[in-house]
Amino acid sequence: MTDAGYDEWLDAVDDGEGFYLACPEGHGSLPPRRVCPHCGSADLDHADLPTAGTVETFTICYVGGPDFADEEPYATAIADFGDVRLTGVVRGVDPEEVTVGMPVEAAVGTNRTTGDDLLILRAR
Amino acid sequence: MTGVRVAGVGLTHFGRHPERTGRDLFGEAALAAREESGVDPEDIESINYGNFMGSLAERQGHQAPLMAEMAGLQCPATRYEEACASAGVAIREAVRAVRSGEADVMLAGGCERMTNLSTADVTEGLATAADELYEIRAGMTFPGAYALMARAYFESFGGEREDLAHVAVKNHDNALPNEYAQFHRAITVDEVLDAPMVSDPVGLLDACPVTDGASALVLVSDEYAEANGLDAPVSITGSGQGGDNLALHDREHLAVTPATERAAAEAYDDAGCAADDVDLVEVHDCFTIAEVLAIEGLGFYDHGEGIGAARRGETTATGDLPVNLSGGLKAKGHPVGATGGSQIAEMTRLLRGDHPNSDHVEDATVGVTHNAGGTVASAVVHVLEVDR
Repeated sequence: MTDAGYDEWLDAVDDGEGFYLACPEGHGSLPPRRVCPHCGSADLDHADLPTAGTVETFTICYVGGPDFADEEPYATAIADFGDVRLTGVVRGVDPEEVTVGMPVEAAVGTNRTTGDDLLILRAR
Repeated sequence: MTGVRVAGVGLTHFGRHPERTGRDLFGEAALAAREESGVDPEDIESINYGNFMGSLAERQGHQAPLMAEMAGLQCPATRYEEACASAGVAIREAVRAVRSGEADVMLAGGCERMTNLSTADVTEGLATAADELYEIRAGMTFPGAYALMARAYFESFGGEREDLAHVAVKNHDNALPNEYAQFHRAITVDEVLDAPMVSDPVGLLDACPVTDGASALVLVSDEYAEANGLDAPVSITGSGQGGDNLALHDREHLAVTPATERAAAEAYDDAGCAADDVDLVEVHDCFTIAEVLAIEGLGFYDHGEGIGAARRGETTATGDLPVNLSGGLKAKGHPVGATGGSQIAEMTRLLRGDHPNSDHVEDATVGVTHNAGGTVASAVVHVLEVDR
């Protein structure tokens, strides 16, 4: 299955050219969008995703769905990247060692159960 | 605009019913509501039915006309889906239909069958209420989503797991005398803290159970109640609904639920009341942190103050503002598509005085119910008042 907008975005992150959508009001969002989800502006431009983000909150998931059976336990976090936040599986550190405020970068990994591409937040 | 009265309520026991299908459960609840209401079945004009994941759990889409059959009714029937707030929106739309004069008698409620699925399949089914691209693919589960909100709450406002444990203990205590509740077992703070972790900091006893069950209400106009001599002292006087971005990471704050605030503002305005007038509440406590977010979003507490409410005894059965006297989702159970109807049925019983916990709120006149979908991307709030 392809997802217009999302797959291109994930490829861009994988190529080190991550971006987000910015509206004239300064709101950030992630594709696919036709309008800004915060103000409704249809004037959306690509802006560079900052290289580094920081973990704002996280969980260590001991019971996942079938698609994550081979990942448990894993940490999922929401990280602040300036005008946008990203949700992803944290890699590059033990789940138990993830902390709020920890610096991360966005990258693409592989879901160990399904083999699909996966947004990951890699510890820096 | 006419008033809307609750003429009858029907509930199944909430729990594990492996031998029963959704249609059987809803049939039981609908017939109970019909019987209690005393309305002529031919007068029921439409059914508004809430269900979330029946297509996954029972391979049964198009459930609403099936449920009409099971209720012994030949009338239009429509399914409403808003994740865990499915029955909340089904009832809200029934209220609007009666108020507008389009209908005098509606049957509304919901049903969910869940325990026939494995834990992994339930986890996956419930996760479909989150953003598929950005949350489900990132390993987010529902306990995981509320764990993210709980940790964000601790970071922003303070509080700790022990505060949340008091919410679970309180709601289990409230469920003890409730014949419809899944759990009839008191628990201790230490048991909650020592329970296996599901998604840190959400432990097993911070989470509602997986539940089968159904709820139904017969709603009538004031004029119909009077003309037919119905004994229906409880009215739904306020209704509100709020929305928010689906994905948690798109919200302004990760531990604040503006959808609840918007729904509450609309419902209070509609009823002509304020948070201060409310005597008791049933809130959407799918996880212990969810009760905290709800009582803050409903305006009973400032942000950061709600987390200590159960521990201080303010929201217990004998406190100033009893929260979830039914046992809540936490202990009564959470058959997701039925929950919003169950909350209004329980509130009706509490206000009428025929609930086993009514003694705690003998003089209560105003009750509020709060039903949330997903990580509160949807919220439905109702105000109920009883003739005294």
